[in-house]
Amino acid sequence: MGDAIVITSGKGGVGKTTTTANLGTAIAMQGKKVCLIDTDIGLRNLDVVLGLENRIIYDLVDVVEGRCKVHQALVKDKRFDDLLYLLPAAQTSDKSAVTPEQMKELVEQLKQDYDYILIDCPAGIEQGYKNAIAGANRAIVVTTPERSAVRDADRIVGLLEQEEVDPPVLIINRIRNHLMESGEMLDIDEVTTHLSIDLLGIVVDDDQVITAANKGEPVTLNPDSKASIAYRNIARRILGESVPLMAIAEEKPSFFQKIFSLIGKK
Amino acid sequence: MIMSQKRQNVMIKGTKDGFILKLDDQCGYDVLKEEMVEKLSVQYNSIEDHAVKAKIEVGNRFLTDDQKEELKEIVHRQKSLIVEEIYSNVLTVEESNQLIREREMSSLTGIVRSGQVIEVEGDFLLIGDVNPGGMIMAGGNIFILGALKGVAHAGCYGNNEAVIVASQMTPAQLRISTRLNRAPDQDDESHEMECAYIDENDQIVVDRLQVLRHVRPGMTKFEGGR
Repeated sequence: MGDAIVITSGKGGVGKTTTTANLGTAIAMQGKKVCLIDTDIGLRNLDVVLGLENRIIYDLVDVVEGRCKVHQALVKDKRFDDLLYLLPAAQTSDKSAVTPEQMKELVEQLKQDYDYILIDCPAGIEQGYKNAIAGANRAIVVTTPERSAVRDADRIVGLLEQEEVDPPVLIINRIRNHLMESGEMLDIDEVTTHLSIDLLGIVVDDDQVITAANKGEPVTLNPDSKASIAYRNIARRILGESVPLMAIAEEKPSFFQKIFSLIGKK
Repeated sequence: MIMSQKRQNVMIKGTKDGFILKLDDQCGYDVLKEEMVEKLSVQYNSIEDHAVKAKIEVGNRFLTDDQKEELKEIVHRQKSLIVEEIYSNVLTVEESNQLIREREMSSLTGIVRSGQVIEVEGDFLLIGDVNPGGMIMAGGNIFILGALKGVAHAGCYGNNEAVIVASQMTPAQLRISTRLNRAPDQDDESHEMECAYIDENDQIVVDRLQVLRHVRPGMTKFEGGR
């Protein structure tokens, strides 16, 4: 029996889809069988981030309306042998094409075959959100260190607490080190005390996330990027390992390093 | 003289605070009404003063709101007396439950998050924070063991005596009864252990918790101790 985890935020544009794609990739890299579900019907883009757009034949709406079997709609990611699958959202219908009951049934069915099911939730708290959380038994709330995003995350946490899911955990995304140090951005402590839920991980703002998403390959595949390390750490925490929080402060170059770099420049 | 031996269902007593109408609680309501009209129609020359007040005591009789209005109307029409109060020993179960709810202190351990509204009829004790966008409404006082960062509305059914107390008082808005006060746009002071109440100028003021003892002495319900 697998775990169904919904990834949600309330506010749009904080990185739900990117987080879903990268955590899915990172969990698959740990050798677990993962299925990603895009519930953003009408505005799908998890397939784009994963670079699987042109392999879609059937979608979520086709499955719930009985036009195909679940396994026919699942798109396999060839980069991971038989470990990562995507159930794409429909682009032509809207959120009301699926009901929470249908989602619940679908997720229950997928739980038999997969270790982890990651559900990418659309922004907002309407039908799409209700569909996304229907089948989940765990929840991850993504926020950025901005007041507006934290406010919406707070609302979402309140709504999740009324659902039959485990207490939600938090990912703080797009951390900008210099702004946080200068106090112009909310720091991690402020966000976590405000929301008072457990912190699952932090991800620094990294240009490579954007370039990788544009190429259709999650940044997690790149072993050097800071965001990639963050996502892989979070994935290990989801699997139950205890991994210390990444240091966000960049190490200041020491005196000798400065001298060496000066010599190097010559 | 059979009539005079009949029991008196309506007795009028005069006190220095006005009249007290004692009504029998055993006879039928219609009989009572008739007798009231009859008794009050007797001319008393001494009471032409319009400001005289009256109290009605009905003993163990239950009166509906309509009946109460009817009795007040009779008294007012016949003698221009103003009925201040109708006192009855009897309450409906619903009324007594309402009284209990109004006097009860409900408590909640947790966080009132953005978009959540908690409404209680009596006092409210929150062990946790009210986050921005969250709201508490209470018919009575509000006590918060934590940070108030959202909106608190005490005495929301019109109780001017209600107060709001918080360990950290940094609300978006404070409301007591029909008054409203919002946080200053610029405020860097720490606000720990503070209370809010309506002062003599009819404004909501925020002050140290310790002053509450003087401005709302009636809040103390505890008796005894050594």
